[in-house]
Amino acid sequence: MSPIAYIPRTREMYPRHTPYRWVLNEDVPWTPLAKPLNQCKVALVSSGGVHHKDQEPFHTRDDTSHREIPKGVTVEDLRISHFGYRTQDARKDPNCVFPIEPMRKLEEEGAIGRLADPAYSFMGGIYSTRRVHEEVAPRFVQMLKDNNVDLFYLVPA
Amino acid sequence: MCHQSVGLIARAVEAAGIPTISMTSALDITQAVKPPRSVFVNFPLGHQTGKPHQPELQRSIVRDALRALETITTPGEIVTLPYVWDEKDDSWEDGEYRIGYLEPYVRADIGGLS
Repeated sequence: MSPIAYIPRTREMYPRHTPYRWVLNEDVPWTPLAKPLNQCKVALVSSGGVHHKDQEPFHTRDDTSHREIPKGVTVEDLRISHFGYRTQDARKDPNCVFPIEPMRKLEEEGAIGRLADPAYSFMGGIYSTRRVHEEVAPRFVQMLKDNNVDLFYLVPA
Repeated sequence: MCHQSVGLIARAVEAAGIPTISMTSALDITQAVKPPRSVFVNFPLGHQTGKPHQPELQRSIVRDALRALETITTPGEIVTLPYVWDEKDDSWEDGEYRIGYLEPYVRADIGGLS
């Protein structure tokens, strides 16, 4: 079977809405990897709405905030708040969308140089692309630069 | 939507001089938004780095994704990893992200959503 076409399926799920205008890009920005993976400081972000139990949950209406999650977090203390995907499995094991334990293992094995602290999460179900462009993306650029990150690993949900 | 948001952020970070690699399970959205480097795993949404409580699988997916990074040389390239959700049954693909997928409270909140 060919991969699922999510754009037409989204249209089917929102029959009374004006068709969503998905972003269609032609050009692609590019920065070569400056050093081997085993020397890179790698930052992890998940758009799966992951947060620590003591942090405020995400809301469902274009929430553009993010949460910083300490890299040493106990996975059992993580929670999920996201409206756009079935979260049952991610609630059981947040590593399904926020692979913090696999990343810690790769750091321990030396496959990556270092896992950046903190890791990040936000709630990716943001309808306004303008707000992603103007609010979310520049904030991540700044945080990653301030943290001297060599590589950014993004996991949607 | 998540895939689009991730793609937009990946592009902005890459444009600012930091290389990125993104997971995807929604190929058409990723092909439209074009993050710099992507790794496709054909799993249901919410499982981009594996199934719950299967640490070996999760590690293997993440390791393969990061390895793929070192082989991608074309901007916008999408590498497909050979993981299969269910060897015997691909019927989940028919039911994935159809009417009734979202929780009732979400449908009520957004208004008029099926």
